[in-house]
Amino acid sequence: LVFTEEDKYGLYSNLLFKYFLAEGIVCGHDLFVASAKEHPDNILKELPAPLLDDTYEKEMGEEAAAVKSEDFQDSMKIAWRYQNLPKMEASPATFTKFGHYYDVSKKMPPELFQSIKWHSFYLHEELSSQPEMKPCNMNSAYARLLQSIQKIISQEGFDGSDPQKKQKNILRIGIHDLGSPLWGDDICCSDTPEDIHSLTKFLYILRGLLRKSLSACIVTVPAHLIQNKAIMERVTNLSDMVVGLESFIGSERETNPLYKDYHGLVHVRQIPRLNSLICDVSDTKDLAFRLKRKLFTIERLHLPPDLSDTVSRASKQDLAESAKLLSSGCGAMAIGKKHLDF
Amino acid sequence: QGRLTLLRDSRTDGSFLVHHFLSFYLRAGCKVCFVALLQSFSHYNIVAQKLGVNLTAAKERGQLVFLEGLKCCLELLFGEEEEQPRQPSPLQFLRESTPELRALFDFVRVSLTPTDGDSWKGPVLLVDDLSVLLSLGATPVAVLDFIHYCRVSVCSQLKGNVVVLVHSSEDSEDEENELLVNSLCHHSDLILWAEGLATGFCKDVHGQIRIIKRMSLQQAGEQDLIQVYQYKIQDRNVTFFARGLSSAVL
Repeated sequence: LVFTEEDKYGLYSNLLFKYFLAEGIVCGHDLFVASAKEHPDNILKELPAPLLDDTYEKEMGEEAAAVKSEDFQDSMKIAWRYQNLPKMEASPATFTKFGHYYDVSKKMPPELFQSIKWHSFYLHEELSSQPEMKPCNMNSAYARLLQSIQKIISQEGFDGSDPQKKQKNILRIGIHDLGSPLWGDDICCSDTPEDIHSLTKFLYILRGLLRKSLSACIVTVPAHLIQNKAIMERVTNLSDMVVGLESFIGSERETNPLYKDYHGLVHVRQIPRLNSLICDVSDTKDLAFRLKRKLFTIERLHLPPDLSDTVSRASKQDLAESAKLLSSGCGAMAIGKKHLDF
Repeated sequence: QGRLTLLRDSRTDGSFLVHHFLSFYLRAGCKVCFVALLQSFSHYNIVAQKLGVNLTAAKERGQLVFLEGLKCCLELLFGEEEEQPRQPSPLQFLRESTPELRALFDFVRVSLTPTDGDSWKGPVLLVDDLSVLLSLGATPVAVLDFIHYCRVSVCSQLKGNVVVLVHSSEDSEDEENELLVNSLCHHSDLILWAEGLATGFCKDVHGQIRIIKRMSLQQAGEQDLIQVYQYKIQDRNVTFFARGLSSAVL
């Protein structure tokens, strides 16, 4: 269960969300898209087109190909969603090619949709039907969504209930903007919401469904709107992987020379630790992303070379902070150290 | 015997302690009731195999009673109608408007009460993890009551042990959770507190563990005994070393 904290204006998390779905289409997985804001049909029309050019020689991060290789196991699913096009500056030894590349400026051609089966859940269309799920004190929109997911899983045999099914496939679930007022939840509106347990209960049951079937799920949430931080802590415990996107739009960091090459930061708050005592920790935890015309990349955060004679005071504190956080391997580290007090 | 051990983690994942205790007690021949709320059975099984214990076999010979919270919850909510006449699900509280954990306690009590022909040494209750119960709608008081009942039943009456895991954090804003954790700390005989390093993330030292033996509970005026080690988690075991003496540094 990948939990994504949306950036302020939702631009980049939408992109992540679409990548997840697009990858599903290219891999031939089934899709399930749920949204309360935009109709899933529209979301699907906006998916980026895959680049099928094999001469693109960049290294890839790990991906939900972990999902693919665990194709034939009966339970538990995670999606290590580390972007389709990451570019790690320190090259790892293995040049494994996971996933596919996408061109953000083009839309996915409709022919690719034909081969896969996709299901959608648009809240406003579903409100008329009755929930069949047994009552459990949860927000009814969430209850309906769970009902719908459970039905698809059991009908399409993702939980192994149909032994006759010759080819096992994976269901990729994307849930957009969960927790926003459009889903009928008021955790974004007040500090003491009426029902603080709806979202966490929903995630718990969703986790159960994912563990029981061959599926992976990405959830995006407007975390910056949720007033009650206790909920975010609980949600982090309930998810396998938590990634936060912080975009620089409208914040003071936009003009900060530190960050001039990037559009935002990626905070990896939690990584999955499944089936093992250890987890796969990468060397660095400072990642930034940028959206170029065609590519969306995530890179290790590099301080740009400090060429000015006098560094402005405002960014000095920032530089020192970031320099402390950065692991070795950053070219401009020496400059940061100037400002550190020993 | 008859002890409550609290496993606590802050800024890191303390589940390796749960895996340790699970395999430890199973190897010691105890009857274990494991309330696993957050992960699936196969996850624990795979890790336990690396630690040298087979959970499936333990379940089959009756040594391990495994409550898989995720699965149980799905059965409760999406299950077929004919399951109604059976006894209430341990996670019954999910559907009630004033949730209390009596059904869960009954489940624990029934699983650990020795039956004829049982030759296991002391019963053990293991919970992973208690903080999840709060996320599911239980109040801290209900959770504390549950632990209290478990202690009375498992520790005092059956002379067994109880081990629970909770998450906490120093700057946490989850007041209910902090209340739960603080209260449990006061009642525990032994606290194992795994913390992420204060200086941040490190590849060679995954965290620090504080072992607190609550001598003050046993005798008035005694101080608690505190030991601190750092640790690194590997694929099949965890290595502990004194602070600052990680092999990467030496």
